[in-house]
Amino acid sequence: MRSSLGKIRQNTRLKVVLLLSPIFLFLMAFFVFPFVITVAYSLGEVDNFNRLIAVTFNLNYYAKALSTTPLTIIAKSLWIATVTTVLCLVMGYPVAYWIGVKAGKWKSLAVLLLIVPFWSSFLIRTYAMMSLLTRGGVINTVLINLGLISTPLDLLYNEFSVMLGMVYNYLPYMILPLYASTEKMDLSLVEAAQSLGANRLSSFLRVTLPLTMPGIIAGSILVFVPAVGEFVVPQLLGGTGVFLVGQLIWNQFQSSVGSWAFGSSVSVIVVALVLALVMLYVKRAGGEGMTI
Amino acid sequence: MKRIADKFFLIYSFLIFAFLFIPIIVMVLFSFNDSKLTAEWHGFTMKWYSELFGASGIWTAFYNSVFVAVVVTVLSALLGTATAIAMSRYKFRGKSAFDGYLYVPIIIPEITEALSILLLYNWVGIPLGLLTVVLGHLTFTIPFAAIVIRSRLAGFDRSYEEAAQSLGASELHTFFRVTLPLIAPGVIAGSLLAFTLSYDDFVKTAFTRGPGVEMLPTTIYNLARRGGVTPELNALATVALLISLVFAFMWQHFASK
Repeated sequence: MRSSLGKIRQNTRLKVVLLLSPIFLFLMAFFVFPFVITVAYSLGEVDNFNRLIAVTFNLNYYAKALSTTPLTIIAKSLWIATVTTVLCLVMGYPVAYWIGVKAGKWKSLAVLLLIVPFWSSFLIRTYAMMSLLTRGGVINTVLINLGLISTPLDLLYNEFSVMLGMVYNYLPYMILPLYASTEKMDLSLVEAAQSLGANRLSSFLRVTLPLTMPGIIAGSILVFVPAVGEFVVPQLLGGTGVFLVGQLIWNQFQSSVGSWAFGSSVSVIVVALVLALVMLYVKRAGGEGMTI
Repeated sequence: MKRIADKFFLIYSFLIFAFLFIPIIVMVLFSFNDSKLTAEWHGFTMKWYSELFGASGIWTAFYNSVFVAVVVTVLSALLGTATAIAMSRYKFRGKSAFDGYLYVPIIIPEITEALSILLLYNWVGIPLGLLTVVLGHLTFTIPFAAIVIRSRLAGFDRSYEEAAQSLGASELHTFFRVTLPLIAPGVIAGSLLAFTLSYDDFVKTAFTRGPGVEMLPTTIYNLARRGGVTPELNALATVALLISLVFAFMWQHFASK
């Protein structure tokens, strides 16, 4: 009896090892190890061709990454990602609530309409926004034809167009996980609160909001994290006025004058900040059993 | 009171959907516009599409992107299924740590991952090409596929497998004849997601493709960067979007199974 139980255990262990070693080794080789190289670059000595000569644990590149200009860019990126997350949450919550609770016969159509932008290319949707806002674009043409303006407005290449593009792109990433938790919500709990005398506001704050917390956490992470490193939106909609950390990193690697070591140190700082903020957020919001 | 609140939610949601769809609809519409100017309607034409596909570079970009996405999808389905099965069925020491290990590649900003894999290729001396793009995409497509497949395994009824085995089927036989058909919708859903993530990816593709290797997203980006808004680019974006739409509809189909 004892030995057969031992055999089952051994068998299970073998299966787990066989099933998980491919992904384990793959991520080690193509995710963990590359990150080790990135850290090595950020602490290393580099020649003029961006080749790593030695890891000397010098902190010059970190000192450079934390000097005023890059630090301002990092801070601005965090700020824009935060505003994007808050706007997506505030704008998206009523929609997720409507689809999950009130949509009735419209529900399956609404879910499909939500999935379409979620599945469409980020780049194409950014381009679509660009085609709407550009000087010769639809909004300006319509306004001129209506006689409301005489010369085209500069809607593109400013902070407003970047924020608009961010919210436009990331909104489905917020609504979808939010909807997953409004749909699962037990409405009888809300009714119970109201029949026990809670008004709408307090039943929302004390019942609905906590019940949908997993969706709020998942949605916020799905928006905030990629938004911090966002490249396409500020690059296509931001012009020279808005320069974010994704562009700073990109330029170090995609231009001939860029410094890979400097780019690596900025990247390490961004990863550390993002992971720390996400862990802090999940802890404070009490996200146990969260699913994406 | 309740009626008014319901109306508010309906109208508000309608406006948000309009916000999400108007830019795309306008872009598609003006890809059929018979004018170089992109915002005034001059009648219907297909000429931008014929011009677009007359340029040979576009075909190469399409071919490369679809080829990469197909390879990525097959590998993600295999490894994603293996991962999902192990994570949903077995208890083992270090399981929650392994969960974290799987999540990290999809919760850090993509550009930081993209540059690190470029550094790896450079350090090891792997020449950049389509294969390096495939390997780059897999670090996020496998975890995403595993999450989707695992969520479908959550309600899996194991009595079918037990029945098959008590009737004398071997474990391998049981897997292919009983387990796989039952989890197939989940595996398909995970594969569809992997395909789209790979096909649409821009940042990692840009970092891992070799010089001169044209991919669809990099072509679209370069055209938008250099030429701004043009009817040809509207047409190209519309065609690329159409493929994503097909996948969204297929996803919806398999998600409801």
